[in-house]
Amino acid sequence: MTEDVRGKVISLVAERMGVEPDQVTENTHFVNDLQSDSLDMAELVIDLEEEFSLSISDEEAQKIETVGQAIKYIEDKQQQQQPQS
Amino acid sequence: MDIKRVVVTGTGAVCAVGCSKQTAWPAVRDGRSGIRPITSFDTSRYEVHFAGEVPDFDPLKYFGKRELNRLDRYVQFAVVAADEAFAESGLDLERENCERIGSFIGTGIGGLHEIEAQHARLLESGPDRTSPLMIPKLMTNAAAGQVSMRKGLRGPSMSVSSACASGSHAIGEAFHCVRYGMADVIVCGGAEAAVTPMGLSGFQQAKALSTRNDNPQAASRPFDLHRDGFVMSEGGAILVLESLQHAKARGANILAEIAGYGATSDAYHITLPDPDGKGAARAMINALADAGIAPSDIDYINAHGTSTPAGDDIEARAICSVFGEHALKLAVSSSKSVFGHSLGASGAMESAVCIWAMLNNVCPPTINLDDPDPECCGLNFVPHKPQERVLNAVVNNSFGFGGHNVALVFRKFKG
Repeated sequence: MTEDVRGKVISLVAERMGVEPDQVTENTHFVNDLQSDSLDMAELVIDLEEEFSLSISDEEAQKIETVGQAIKYIEDKQQQQQPQS
Repeated sequence: MDIKRVVVTGTGAVCAVGCSKQTAWPAVRDGRSGIRPITSFDTSRYEVHFAGEVPDFDPLKYFGKRELNRLDRYVQFAVVAADEAFAESGLDLERENCERIGSFIGTGIGGLHEIEAQHARLLESGPDRTSPLMIPKLMTNAAAGQVSMRKGLRGPSMSVSSACASGSHAIGEAFHCVRYGMADVIVCGGAEAAVTPMGLSGFQQAKALSTRNDNPQAASRPFDLHRDGFVMSEGGAILVLESLQHAKARGANILAEIAGYGATSDAYHITLPDPDGKGAARAMINALADAGIAPSDIDYINAHGTSTPAGDDIEARAICSVFGEHALKLAVSSSKSVFGHSLGASGAMESAVCIWAMLNNVCPPTINLDDPDPECCGLNFVPHKPQERVLNAVVNNSFGFGGHNVALVFRKFKG
């Protein structure tokens, strides 16, 4: 897990949900811990897409339930997009 | 049918002269203008560089970041004004049957800030980059929906949109709903936040605005010979209306009684008022009849008086036609001279002013009235300075693009 992606995701989640970054960890569950609703999640997906210049399908987005899952998803996506030479 | 008397038990306002009635009323009473150069965006390419923006409005003082993200500026004004009105009413919602409490909040345009922000994103980044919150933020019923949701009000809730008559229409409709028993309490009024690049451009292009850029505070001059258009402003104002029975049962402090509502249409032109002012006159006549009081019982009118060349003289003549000889005994003033024209909020703002005026027995002035237009019938427009006067019954006029006319009658509450 790269510190760069982790920090950016936590910062976006904190900003979107109006909480302090230190209240957000990989284990933070969007619905159970942050009371996110479908509109929050849709906004957050756009935030992540813009920040990391990638596209997240609705189907993939629905599988993201925790902050850790979001970080892993982005890291996997980045690796697919930029294979090590 | 059981017809109930309806009273006002709370008022709240956010406007160009303050974010609460404690700051707004003294400025309106003393005639201290809230019109200033626009600071929220660059107006260098516009013909108009000033407006009545709400000063020192810090949304984070009222809302968390997450909820703020869901509220257009016009909705923020409505919610803050509603909170103030609720606080004054003393309603304890824990003890109320909230299925009998509703919210009717009007707006002329809706969430123009959000429309512009998202349209920019659409053009810059494409249709998959606009906000999922866009529609629920910009819709004209967002204010009514948010107030009901935040307070848990489960009675009737809706928005009313009739341009600059929206706030008064919302209050009138709420009044009749309570009068005829559809609800015990309705939180009602209007909100607008259209001092934006598109809002200013649109009204500028309609040739509706004053261009007195060298002296903004003298630009809103209703009934003055040298008026040259209205001055845009923003804000929100909310009244708590409830049945007298309900107010008495909970020992509420009653501020005033709302007694009459008249609503008509000119059916003449989409922006210009009917030159005969018959629609405006009929609104006043209908409101007086609805209140069951004679024209001679009215002491004060808070006029629509926008400072447009086309509108003020017609309103003055309509007043003369309704009140006859009594017109010359009335005090008539336009508070838009102080806080500008807040469009869909204005009728509610000025209803609040009517109530504060009655509570204090003071007619707030029409400022900048240096040279009264002779076409305005020589009425007492309360020029420059407030006039002390016992106020038992007052009228608030509001007219909107589309030919909508609304008059409301408020009177001092006497058990």
